[in-house]
Amino acid sequence: MLLIYCPYCEEERSELEFRNAGDAHIVRPTNIAEISDEEFEEFFFLRQNPKGLIFERWRHIHGCGRFFNAARDTVSDRFYTTYKAGEPKPDVAAILKGEQDKGAAR
Amino acid sequence: MADLATATRKSALTARGGFSEVVLTPAPAASRLSLRAGADALPGLSASLGVTLPTRPKTSASNGKRHALWLGPDEWLVIDESEADLMAAATTSGTLHSAVDVSHRNVAVVVSGPGAEVAINSGCPQDLSLAIFPVGACSRTIFGKVEIVLLRLAEDTFRVECWRSFSPYVFGMLSEGAADAGH
Ligand SMILES: [Zn+2]
Repeated sequence: MLLIYCPYCEEERSELEFRNAGDAHIVRPTNIAEISDEEFEEFFFLRQNPKGLIFERWRHIHGCGRFFNAARDTVSDRFYTTYKAGEPKPDVAAILKGEQDKGAAR
Repeated sequence: MADLATATRKSALTARGGFSEVVLTPAPAASRLSLRAGADALPGLSASLGVTLPTRPKTSASNGKRHALWLGPDEWLVIDESEADLMAAATTSGTLHSAVDVSHRNVAVVVSGPGAEVAINSGCPQDLSLAIFPVGACSRTIFGKVEIVLLRLAEDTFRVECWRSFSPYVFGMLSEGAADAGH
């Protein structure tokens, strides 16, 4: 069973208590009524769907109920880190470097 | 060659009787409040409710028959086993908060006995060992297909809160888990 660390409950819980909630750090345009259809499409529908590191929103729906963010690997399903909503996006290079170092140490 | 697991036949009603390791008791009626509030409202609400709303994850506070369970950073489930008027108590706090009377939305099953942990873990993924989930610990979590709120009343006793319409399912699943706890 996959365990996910909830930054609000401050402990690892079973994946059964969580729901994925799409990409994180998508900023809603402040001039939403003025943007073109193409710009709206870009903001609302289009996602990168990367192979590897992705930043996502997750919700501890059957726990504290809170949304938080996670850096996850879409290939291995490994959670690199989770952090509270509103906190800055962690440094990608640092995360991947940390993983490399762990790999080298093995 | 590895031994094959052998299923043993049991009666379809095995799980409907008593169990040696677990006792399942439907809890008497209680009043309940779903409470949402910011940090600045907590002292006032705690004073009015007569129980200090806990602010640490997975903790609860009790005062007699009244219990306040931390569910989230701004959410609590308040239970009063003497059916006292919790809405009235919250209203007199004079604080900005959201309180919804959910007395009849939930029912509770008290699960007790040396097999209580095993019975609940038959459908719940949380670590219920005493070091991780001590007496007084509480959590909203999942049990089989439904959401429950767990409160550990004693080393071998838990209160399982669930939505009323899910209660036959929860009681049935607990019965199955209780039957397995004896093995
Ligand atoms: Zn949580």
